[in-house]
Order: sequence, then structure tokens, then C-alpha cells
Amino acid sequence: MTILATTTGVQMKNLVLIAVVLATLTLLGACKSKPPEQPPAPPAPTSDTSGVEDPNASVDDTASMGPSGELLSKRIIYFDFDRADIRADSQSVLAAHAAYLTRSPEQKVRLEGHADERGSREYNIGLGERRGQAVRRALALQGVAESQLSTVSYGEERPAAVGSDEQSYGQNRRVEIVYLK
Amino acid sequence: MNERMKKLVTCLLLLSAAASPAFAQLRLTITSGVTDPIPIAVVPFGRAVPADGGLDVAQVIQRDLESTGRFKGMARTDMVFTPTTAAEVDAAGWKQQRNDYVVVGRVSAQPGGQVRIDAELVNVLTGQRIAGPSSVAQPASLRFAAHRIADALYEKIIGVKGAFATRIAYVSVDGKPPSQRYELYVADSDGANRVRIAASPMPIMSPAWSPDGEWLAYVSFERRVSAIFVQHRRSGKKTMVSARAGINGAPSYSPDGKKLAITLSGSNGNLDIYLLELASGKLTRLTDDPGIDTEAVFAPDGNSVYFTSDRSGAPQVYRQALGSSERPRRITFTGGYNARPRISPDGKQLALLTLNDGGYRIGVQDLTNGTLQVLSKGRLEESPSFAPNGAMLIFAGRERGQGVLQTVSVDGQTSARLDADAGEVREPVWGPFLP
Repeated sequence: MTILATTTGVQMKNLVLIAVVLATLTLLGACKSKPPEQPPAPPAPTSDTSGVEDPNASVDDTASMGPSGELLSKRIIYFDFDRADIRADSQSVLAAHAAYLTRSPEQKVRLEGHADERGSREYNIGLGERRGQAVRRALALQGVAESQLSTVSYGEERPAAVGSDEQSYGQNRRVEIVYLK
Repeated sequence: MNERMKKLVTCLLLLSAAASPAFAQLRLTITSGVTDPIPIAVVPFGRAVPADGGLDVAQVIQRDLESTGRFKGMARTDMVFTPTTAAEVDAAGWKQQRNDYVVVGRVSAQPGGQVRIDAELVNVLTGQRIAGPSSVAQPASLRFAAHRIADALYEKIIGVKGAFATRIAYVSVDGKPPSQRYELYVADSDGANRVRIAASPMPIMSPAWSPDGEWLAYVSFERRVSAIFVQHRRSGKKTMVSARAGINGAPSYSPDGKKLAITLSGSNGNLDIYLLELASGKLTRLTDDPGIDTEAVFAPDGNSVYFTSDRSGAPQVYRQALGSSERPRRITFTGGYNARPRISPDGKQLALLTLNDGGYRIGVQDLTNGTLQVLSKGRLEESPSFAPNGAMLIFAGRERGQGVLQTVSVDGQTSARLDADAGEVREPVWGPFLP
């Protein structure tokens, strides 16, 4: 959105420029729309769909959903290399989410597990799932109903940082707590 | 140019790039060949203009042969004569110019709009004229027909069928997190004729070919959670075959094309291998272990499945006999990380991802004596896949921080790289021989 900000408050002829920028952003999917979050459709054994997905469709963004507060606004739990156990520095954040979720039994969260890029992709899907399950168990042990919790693993497919260094790896080994509408 | 103009130009460039169909085109570079490649002259073919559509058939054949690292093509500027039949080839003259072989040929228009390629091979050391291969194709498929000629020539000289007239599938990723764009492509083995199969703003991974080369199975997160799809390569017809709770991953076709080996976790998160019968949807559990079991692949005889499991504490490759109650048998013992098994077409070799000297590299293990040979030197390689002739592997590597595709001969002697002109390419899978 930086480009847009620099082009506001200019003369009429620059409206053309704004239109081009807007078109570009939309085309590249950089302009995120925020459609209401849909829970995943119930699993069906088979269903036919034809053609290819629209490559320019944007991913819905749920980052702004859910409660606020110092601990509750922290939605990412980090993990050590090749580990799926909850670190001591994550306990207070998880406890705050557990308390909020037990108070709000209608609220559902999706636990999105991730791995760093080292090793094979499908095995890393397994590692991300293990981390998601660890967070799920931690929340369930603190009284959150199983029906409020779901997991998904993206393995190394959706990194938070792209570098091939320890700092990026540390940011990528994570579980994101996503509040669903 | 002021700042605003620069931005406009940048936006227009981005706009045209996004609209261009030629995104992530692949370019092949030989990175290592044999020390003594076979010198060969591929003479420009006699042409049926305009039936050949301007395609330089001889050049396609020469590039195919050179891409193996086993041939050195003669420069055209050094060719004194350009014969188009073996009878016109003066063997002694070509031999004097240090060639071992000469390839000549003709492209001709056929009744009904088809195009025919005839090629002949002359061994100039012996003077032997080897009746050449021919191939008939629609004009649009002439390039593929040229690959078929190269396959036959490679076999006549090396003794192993070439794998040029085959296709690869791979995943391309563009953009920076969290706004990435994932695409699944199919291209000829040399990277040309790229066709987009699927695209999504959510991850696409783990493509797998059906044994007849007509279908691709893959994992897509387009519904935010994982699901396995099978899609017809030409029509685009797409069927979701598994979208169960938890992970739906790592599809791999059985040799008869009727089943997929897949990984499911259920909602409790325990990954195990299952067999899914495609026609009936019938599901059979194959492994049952609290560890991660995934990345199953059938042995070519269809009697067993190899897979990755960390039941011993770290990922290793195991083999499960089908139709047997025996426990899976561990196959890999060299090193602390062995994953993503793939079996050679003759069933005798296991390609895998192995942690070696601090790098994740491609290895080949001899299944009869257990010896592991590491074939690559990078730090972050993955996804090995055998060519259908068993002579080469394609895998994903890194070049300047970007994912590229690489090939290596199974003996480790020759290698090449397929660079994308934009974005990152990964997860290459080599398709079967085609009828």
C-alpha cells in the first residue's frame, strides 16, 4: 500500500496512474480482500471440478480476527529444531489463549503447524502436524473443548521468512493460532 | 525520470510479466560431462518448408544428446558439407574432422497434414550406415517427434533407450511470503512446451505421474486444508480423491494405475500409509505406527511399498510387503536422515534424500548390497525422481538461494541444471515412457 499512499492528494491527471497501480496490485493479488472466513467444507470422498483454479485469487487473511490483549495478541508459538515440545517461553501465551477459549466456547481456532525448509517436504508436513498437535494438547489440557480446535500442517510450504539461515529457520518452526469467525 | 514515472514503469513491467504466459520458462545448462564425450555431427536436416513450422529438428536432437553430458556436437560452422542422406556422407572426411558419428535426416510433409522425420546414423570410424529411426507427427508435435528420434539414436550408440521424448512435472513458486503463488507445470524433458496444470495462492505439492502419463496426482491446499486431487493432463478434468480430516498427502500411483498410496493422519495427527483404490474409493490401511510414516512409493513389480518413517527416532526408509502381515523392514542404515525414497525402473536401486556431511543431498542405494552413493554436493537438495530409462535422476537444488531443477546420471558422472527465468522451481517428477 506504500505506492498508493505516495500517489494520493495529487492532481487529476494522476488518477490514471492510481488506476494503473490499483489494477496492478489487484492483478498480482497484492491487494488482499477479506472475505468472511469459511470453515473448511465437510470432507467429501470425491467431487468433480473442472478447470484450473484462478491463479490470482487472494488468500483470505484472518490475522485481525480474535481477541486483543498483550498475551492474546501473540498468536505464534515457536519451536526448537526437530522438536515439537512447547517451550517455557510460550506457556503464558498458551495459558491466556486457553483461558479465553474456555470463556468463549463458541470460538473456534485453527492451529497451523509449520517446519523449516530442511529435509523432505512431506516429512516436514508430518513435523508441522506434530507441532500443531502439541499446541492442541496443551490447550485441551487447560480445558479447551476439542470441538473448538482443529489443526492443519503446511510443513515448509508457507514460510514466514525466506532465508536459509538459523534466524529464518527459527521463525519458520512455528504454530500459528488462527481465530475463526 | 522522476520517482512517480519510475513507479509507473515498474507497475507496467509487473503487469506485463503477470499477464505473460511465458513465466518460469526453464533453460538447460550442462554442469558436468564425461571427460571424453563422443564427438558427433548432427547435420541440419533437409526441410519441408513450411510444414516444419521453422523448427530446427537437428538442433533439438543435438541438444538432447549433449544434455546427457556424453556427447559433443560438432559446430555447424565447421561443417564443410551438409548431406541429408547417409549415402551422401563421405565417412573419411567426417572422420578426419574428428567425428565418431554423423547424423543426417529429412523432414517431409505427409498426406493429411502430418510431418515425417527420417534420420540416419553413420559410424564414420567403421563406415557403417545404421538404418535410422523415423517418426511421424502432427506439425504441432514435431518437437516431440524430434525427441523420439534422439531417443532412438541414443539407444543405437549407447545401448540404452534415451528418455528425451518424456515429460516432467514440477511445482513453481513465485512471490514473497505470505503472498506466494503456487503452480503445477508439465514440460518436455528439456523444459520446452511448458503447460500449466494447476495454480493456487495456497500450496501445491507432491505431484505424481500415473503410469500411462495421462494423469497427475497432487496435493493442493486450495481449500486451506490439504486434499489429494487427480487431474487429467490434457483435458484438465480434476477429481478430489481424498479430503479427510487431517493430512492428505504424498500420493503415488501403483504400477497398474488403479491405486494411490497416500498418507493420512486423521484428526489425531498420526501419519500412516494407506492404499486408495481409485475406482471404488476403497481405503486400506498399510502401516500403523505412532511415528511419522509418509512418502510411500510402489516397487515396480507392485509387490511392496517403500516409505519414510521416523519410528526409530529419525527418518529412515522402510519396505512393507503387500498382502503380508510382516512388519515393515528397515532398508537404510547409512547416516541419520534418509527420506523420500524412489525406486529405479529395474527395482534394483533406491534414490533418496540423505543427510551427508551437513547437507541434504541426493543418494542412490544399491538394494542388493546396501551401498549408498551420494550424487550431489549441495546443502538443500530434495525430491529425486528417476528417468524412465533409469540412467538419470532429476531433483530440486538451489542456485543463489533460488530453487532450480538439476539432473545427474545415476553413476554421478554427468549433471545438468534447469533454471527458471523467474521464481523458484521444485519437486520435479519424471514421467513415464510414452506409447
